[in-house]
Amino acid sequence: MASSRLSLLLAILRRPWFWAFAASTIAFFATLTLSEGRGGGELLSAALTFASFSAIVGIGQMFVITLGPGNVDLSIPATMTLAGTLSLKFMDGQTALILPGLGNALAVGIAAGAFNYLLIRLLRIPPIIATLSASFLYQSLAIWWNRGLRIKPPEALADFATGSTGGIPNLTIIGILIAVVSWVLLERSIFGRWVSAFGQNTRAARLSGVPVEAVRAATYISSAVLASLTGYLLASFSGGAALNMGTEYLLISIAVVVIGGSSIAGGNSNVPGIWGGALLMFLVVSMLNSYGFGAGVRLIMTGAIIIAIVAAASGKGRSV
Amino acid sequence: MSSRYRILLPVLSLAVLLAAVFYLQPRAMSYFGLNLLFNLAIPIALATIAQMMVIMVNDIDLSIGTFVSFVACVTATFLNEAPLLGAAILLASILAYAAIGALIHLRQLPAIVVTLGMSFVWGGLAVLLLPSPGGTSPAWIRAVMTVKPPLVPMAVVACLLIAGLTHLLIMRSATGTLLRAVGGNAQAVARSGWSVTGLKAGAYALAGFFGVLSGICLVGLTTSADANIALRYTLLSIAGVILGGGEFTGGRVSPVGAVIGALTLALAGSFLSFMRLSPDWQIGAQGAILILVLAVRLLFSRHGKKWRVANNG
Repeated sequence: MASSRLSLLLAILRRPWFWAFAASTIAFFATLTLSEGRGGGELLSAALTFASFSAIVGIGQMFVITLGPGNVDLSIPATMTLAGTLSLKFMDGQTALILPGLGNALAVGIAAGAFNYLLIRLLRIPPIIATLSASFLYQSLAIWWNRGLRIKPPEALADFATGSTGGIPNLTIIGILIAVVSWVLLERSIFGRWVSAFGQNTRAARLSGVPVEAVRAATYISSAVLASLTGYLLASFSGGAALNMGTEYLLISIAVVVIGGSSIAGGNSNVPGIWGGALLMFLVVSMLNSYGFGAGVRLIMTGAIIIAIVAAASGKGRSV
Repeated sequence: MSSRYRILLPVLSLAVLLAAVFYLQPRAMSYFGLNLLFNLAIPIALATIAQMMVIMVNDIDLSIGTFVSFVACVTATFLNEAPLLGAAILLASILAYAAIGALIHLRQLPAIVVTLGMSFVWGGLAVLLLPSPGGTSPAWIRAVMTVKPPLVPMAVVACLLIAGLTHLLIMRSATGTLLRAVGGNAQAVARSGWSVTGLKAGAYALAGFFGVLSGICLVGLTTSADANIALRYTLLSIAGVILGGGEFTGGRVSPVGAVIGALTLALAGSFLSFMRLSPDWQIGAQGAILILVLAVRLLFSRHGKKWRVANNG
């Protein structure tokens, strides 16, 4: 009995996502100690809200990174901005257009993902460069379409994005739903097996009959769709789309994937870890904030923590 | 792709772009015009070479933009006021780069993540040094960057120098061959008795060295610095290496190509402003040019050997 409990504990310790959640908990309580226990609920709800954005884009990035070395989606920020601007301009503050607006944003995502994939497939451009060049196009499109106007989201949508149901922020519910669906897709469906097979050995996957190109198209499109959904939600949450609203999510999307324990070499994904990483990224910043550190020290500590976590979590040898 | 094609295409795309610029603005075809066109290309070319050193050993450096910004901040503050201390800081930062290279190899870490983390560190240090734009360029750097050699403008001379020297170092020297071999087959290098850790640290140290040069030159041109001055260099330098015929794996890089790739990217900006393109579309058109050049490269490579990279398998 005791030994089985011990082995269960060891199994949990060996889960890649364990460390992300453990570090998040430490950061959470370190912040609370300073405020002497006050505001714990608010901090938790803020962390859950902001981590939702990072988690949703992170899941998209994870799909792409799982495809293996060289696969990464650098167009996430531009896609977020484009979807946010286009959908808010389309809705123009009218409540009746909330759902068509969401459809509009998702259509932007599908189009952007398909375009990224076509560049990679037809022009054989390395994914890093393809998504980078495409992001320049999306960025220009957003600037041209928006003309510097800041259009408010429909009131009902803004209320939904900032509100909560049963004490849990609505955005968090959406983020967790997406995480659950992605987990089922990756761990319990044939599609997930195909994605992992692609990342582990593309040639072997192709020879054993995996539709590799369809898999790659689907992953790039889902990454862009999740990015555009985040753009739509973030713009509604913050009262309007801004041209630079996606900028910080490029680094965050990659960081949460890695902190969460997915293999950067591909072939191995980890959905719960994404949420752990997303919470950690937010809580570390708020911890350093509450200790009164300036922007410079905050950045240095964030970088040092990312490197420390990666260095601690590895040690299993290179799988490349 | 044979090595002949590898250098032909970057040269060709630069020539076409240059011809287009001269056609649109004939006055650019002068000593002064050329200097203006290529001036800001010098730091970009140096950053691209730095990125190439890392790509050469099969890694990628996502921190080069913030690193160049950090160096620019050090140059505009310490190197100006206390040259010895400034030089010591810059030397220490090159050693830090070498240490990161060694760490990445020893612990078998993914370079993309470690350099991503380092980009936060360099960015934080830069913000600590210069919270708001400012500082002054040391006079001697300003003098070097604005020197006017006879016949050929400084920008062109500098780019030729960078390309020539790095070509000798990487393509013609024994050390360069070893470094490229690490990218080609690290195991073979280790088995023939070399320290791969040492070589990787060396490649990263070279990247740090060229990053330092890039930051110093940048301050020489802009005369002051701020913490975000070179953030776009990260993406520009990766694009420059690939435009120049380099590949992400296998140690297949070309220093001359990388410099030409950087020049092409810098020229694309000038070309678009000569086109009187609406500023809304400037960034987008740069992306379109990048896609176009790579599409042409595909046509070329179909005549050469079969392209193997994009499919990773």
